[in-house]
Amino acid sequence: MDAAAVGSVAFDVAEHVETPTRRALRRLRNRQGAMLGLVVIVAFILLALLAPLVAPYDPAAQSWAAVRKPPSALHWLGTDEVGRDILARIIFGARASLLAGVISIVIAISVGVPAGLAAGFLGGFLDGLVSRITDAMLACPFLILAIALAAFLGPSLGNAMIAIGVTTTPIFVRLTRGQVMAVKVEDYVEAARAIGNPRWRIAIVHILPNILPALLVQATLSIATAIIAEASLSFLGLGQQPPAPSWGSMLNSAQRFLSTAPWMAVWPGLAIFLTVLSFNLLGDGLRDALDPRAR
Amino acid sequence: MLTFLGNRLLQLIPTLFFVSLIIFCLQQLLPGDPALVMAGEERDPEVIAQIRRQYRLDQPLPVQYVYWVKGVVTGDLGESMRIKVPVRDLILEKLPVTAQLATMAIVIALVIGVGAGIISAVKKGTLWDYAANVLALWGISTPNFWLGIMLIFLFSVKLGWLPASGFVHLSQDWRASLAATIMPAFVLGNAIAAVLMRHTRSAMLAVLDSDYVRTARAKGLRERTVILKHAMRNALTPVITLAALELGTLLSGAVLTEQIFSIPGFGKLIVDSVFNRDYAVVQGVVLVTATTYLALNLLADVAYILVNPRLRG
Repeated sequence: MDAAAVGSVAFDVAEHVETPTRRALRRLRNRQGAMLGLVVIVAFILLALLAPLVAPYDPAAQSWAAVRKPPSALHWLGTDEVGRDILARIIFGARASLLAGVISIVIAISVGVPAGLAAGFLGGFLDGLVSRITDAMLACPFLILAIALAAFLGPSLGNAMIAIGVTTTPIFVRLTRGQVMAVKVEDYVEAARAIGNPRWRIAIVHILPNILPALLVQATLSIATAIIAEASLSFLGLGQQPPAPSWGSMLNSAQRFLSTAPWMAVWPGLAIFLTVLSFNLLGDGLRDALDPRAR
Repeated sequence: MLTFLGNRLLQLIPTLFFVSLIIFCLQQLLPGDPALVMAGEERDPEVIAQIRRQYRLDQPLPVQYVYWVKGVVTGDLGESMRIKVPVRDLILEKLPVTAQLATMAIVIALVIGVGAGIISAVKKGTLWDYAANVLALWGISTPNFWLGIMLIFLFSVKLGWLPASGFVHLSQDWRASLAATIMPAFVLGNAIAAVLMRHTRSAMLAVLDSDYVRTARAKGLRERTVILKHAMRNALTPVITLAALELGTLLSGAVLTEQIFSIPGFGKLIVDSVFNRDYAVVQGVVLVTATTYLALNLLADVAYILVNPRLRG
């Protein structure tokens, strides 16, 4: 093979080299379940953002003439025990659920990732301390600890987010620590150390970007868990407070009218189910797409 | 084996210490003076001072913690502020109810989860596999309180087959007891079944691809014998120990399930105490659940080693 031919082959190879991000995006696009999940999530986000524009009624407006009306052309999903439109409440309720899902996971990541990074990278006493605290938190059942925290902090959506965020933190600590322990023995970390990089730089610039895929997958799946947790706390009266709409509190009031107005329970539950299912589908798809072992 | 057990017990000590610290700190999150919260409507300074002395709130925090731990170690979890009954007695009264529910839920989860997982692995890539995966996704994504409400609507309101609420002890009337607990147990078992299904599937797939299964097939054994006698026995060991670790999910689920089905168990106790601001009960319940979880964790580890000869050393 002459020099020109070698050059041509090299050029072709360079043209076909795919960056890891592009490869992951391509794999994700090929997963129908994940794409369906993404579409539903985007739809719910848009509904939550544009709620005042798309909701057919004011979610808090009561109408004694329309108490517990079944689904009709006027009220597509029916009305509740004080005549409020269920569709409008579900659209506005998406705000509480999505906000709680995202913010509580942001709290968990902002505490859990630095703690896990420090524990895994530095090791020693700090690692032992962080690991034992993580074990202790994981020993307390998630929802029971969240309920206890929300109860001691006082019932509100903000406190529910803090409670869910705090109880989810140990999952991120453990995951980050494990990932760091696996990555820190890699040759490129050794090389970064050999050329004199300070420890903080190695941790943030060389290790953190390499553990991001695992964190991204966990974050997506944890948002699903956090949405159920917020709905559970609101169902118990420890989350979003009335009259502000939330899917969990809608289910709570629906319980009392199950025999006369079952639609009050069907739609908010379906909204939670669809959102959680979509995040789970997306999380599963991301895990497959980001898995370096997958072809 | 003994060294392993000793090491695991030693590891439990700092974990239990931090568990106790977390639970003790919960009380410190109370906004304002805990004595005022405990006094409720009562604003008499004498009464408030008496509460401070009684609960040692006038002592520094580390001293309060030491007294609290001393009580816990001797089995004194404090007293319910509302009904003036020792927290320990309340927990002992409610625990059997939740234990019955949890046992039924685990049995349901094992039957559905392990069964679906095996079918899914054996029939990989077929409609059965697809259906089992959909079932698992459904189980993980369904909020159990919604599933509970929908089951009540179907089986109690519409069909009238099962009671919508209440609890009957097995010892009183086993038929009525099963009728009252089958729906909540299914609701609780549903999410765990999904987790077990996924684990069973991947464990079975790994085992079915192993050399000894290939050898068993090469010997001319029937596929049924290969799966039931050779593959399943090895694949299910980690799955069954994993089921023991699902206690946390069970107890978390029990909080809402017991609330929906009005079952007077552990979960309902914690919710009622939260709303009655009975913080000693909340602390006691969290402590008992965390300790039980750690103990089951240890038992699962020991069981795993006992059934796996390669780990015995």
